Amino acid sequence: MKKKKNQMNRLLIILLCFLTLMPLSATETFAFTGQVIQRGAVGDDVIELQSRLGYLGFFRGKIDGVFGWSTYWALRNFQDQFGLPVDGLGGATTKAKLVKASKYDYTGGGTTAKKASRPKKTTAAITPNGFSQNEIQLMANAVHGESRGEPYIGQVAVAAVILNRVESSNFPNTVSGVIFEPGAFTAVADGQIWLTPNATSKKAVLDAINGWDPTGSALYYFNPATATSSWIWGRPQIKKIGKHIFCK
Amino acid sequence: MIAFLTLGAVGLGFWGYQEHREKNAVLINAENSYQRAFHDLSYQVDLLHDKIGTTLAMNSRSSLSPALAEVWRITSQAHSDVGQLPLSLLPFNKTEEFLSNTGNFSYKTAVRDLDKKPLSQKEYETLKVLYKQSGDIQGELRKTQNLVLKNNLRWMDVELALASGREKTDNTIIDGFKTVEKTVSGYDETDFGPTFTNLQKKDENFNKLEGRKISSREAAAIAKKYMNFDENARLKVTDNGNGSDYGFYSVSLKNKRSGQEASMDITKKGGYPIWFINSRAVKNQKLSLNDAGNKAAAFLKNNGFKNMEVFESSQYDNVGVFDFVTSQNNIRIYPESIKLKIALDDGSIIGLSAEDYLKTHQDRKFSSPVLSKEEARKKVNPKLKVMEERLAVIVNDLNEEVLCYELLGTLGNDSYRIFINAKTGVEEQVEKLKNAESVL
Repeated sequence: MKKKKNQMNRLLIILLCFLTLMPLSATETFAFTGQVIQRGAVGDDVIELQSRLGYLGFFRGKIDGVFGWSTYWALRNFQDQFGLPVDGLGGATTKAKLVKASKYDYTGGGTTAKKASRPKKTTAAITPNGFSQNEIQLMANAVHGESRGEPYIGQVAVAAVILNRVESSNFPNTVSGVIFEPGAFTAVADGQIWLTPNATSKKAVLDAINGWDPTGSALYYFNPATATSSWIWGRPQIKKIGKHIFCK
Repeated sequence: MIAFLTLGAVGLGFWGYQEHREKNAVLINAENSYQRAFHDLSYQVDLLHDKIGTTLAMNSRSSLSPALAEVWRITSQAHSDVGQLPLSLLPFNKTEEFLSNTGNFSYKTAVRDLDKKPLSQKEYETLKVLYKQSGDIQGELRKTQNLVLKNNLRWMDVELALASGREKTDNTIIDGFKTVEKTVSGYDETDFGPTFTNLQKKDENFNKLEGRKISSREAAAIAKKYMNFDENARLKVTDNGNGSDYGFYSVSLKNKRSGQEASMDITKKGGYPIWFINSRAVKNQKLSLNDAGNKAAAFLKNNGFKNMEVFESSQYDNVGVFDFVTSQNNIRIYPESIKLKIALDDGSIIGLSAEDYLKTHQDRKFSSPVLSKEEARKKVNPKLKVMEERLAVIVNDLNEEVLCYELLGTLGNDSYRIFINAKTGVEEQVEKLKNAESVL
């Protein structure tokens, strides 16, 4: 038993040696891609940008692959100190200067502790207009439960109605308050809200949050084939999308 | 054999009993949470009436401001209670509006410096009216509450009656709430004074748009600029419904072969695009966010949206979303915003939202700022490190457009956007800019 463990240890050590040696053999050929990196971008170039700015001490945030405000200020400070025009864009000249001034290990294996913590992939998500990922998920659940058979626009429309209700003084002031208002949504009443939403419903929610409202500011919608309430038929109707009629 | 069957029957009976008990427990649980919300609502309205009553007798700022803040808190609590009751199919809007208007009014007056600007006679009258109205609502709610307690009425029955569309049936609770709503609807518009703005979105209905009315055929032609047509595409143009505040055409396109769908709303007057979405799948990224931003800017320029400047860009997977605003004499006009979605695979426009722009766009005349840049800087928190500044127009809390100095800066690890009124030096808006959220 003990022997086996020793063998295992030896194997591990050999493996580790390989892992640490590998970066040495890698050549620094793949630098930034040709793109101009701007605020709001995500991906490998941003990870490299943040790492290099971090190496020079301009960027002190978490390297997450999302070009947010702190990266923006770091880049501007770098441009300012290195005599470049300060525009906050990762253009060709800026990148060249940055590559010259800093070190960056492309393999991601890393020799120092700091580099080892660098992620290989983007680890953060941009969330629009102050909505959290969980709120977006909850809305996606509601949209999926309410309108998964509908065209894409119909799904954006349902998400937009939820947001219009949050804005309206006649409804609760939070996303969860609106969704779970008793009787407001059939998908909540019959539990279909707890079906796993697909990527489409999440996309639809993001569109609605980003400012797309296909409903013309509707607060209600109903399916004319199944609606039982006579009151809902009396609401002023704005338009029909898919099977749903949207009203004020 | 018989013993076996008996055992089975007993087992089945026991199982059935168990199920029944569990179902009952769940129903009682649901009923109780409705009851809690209802009785709490009644309590909060009691409190609201009392609190407004006390403010009437107050004179000093030191007691009036906290009391008004208290009124604001109570209205929001009551509003939240309403949201937990199964009333969504019952017209209860006026009552909810009453609650939020009262809340808004009390908040505005609570945060005002009442030493400098005491309650006006008009505002005092408003408080008196609110006192009376909240009293009426309190009375009706109390009546209903009393009946609910006396006759053991269940909210579950309300829910069932409403869900099955039988709200006309005799139901004491429904009747009670209808009476409350009727009482509130009977009030004249309460005069909340000049500083009051309704929380409701101000709908300007595209009144500022110029141009003549277009036909549905013209609408289809305009849509062609945004959507790719080929012989497999089926186009449909529909009129807006009767309930819309403004006229628009909805143009939808479905490509039978590719399954691609796109939709668009166009104003009848002038034929302007309100919004457009193409829901095609976006392939792998080939363009950078920056390239896409340039395409978006060029697109706006070519389609008659002049002097637009990008102020926010974000990448979601393979899609870039851009916020543009008008920039006139180097002043950013934030109300006039247009959003564009660009696919990063081929750089085509897959979304546009111009509603805000169309509702607010106009020729503006600016008076030059009274404050200098340096004076504006002095108005912000001295701990803030200002990184960027410019002039901008925003809509403030009172729903007025104001010329401001926009200051972007950092404090600690966070970034902030602060608007200082260029005329009065008032700190109109302070916004903490969001960082990206780590993926959990």
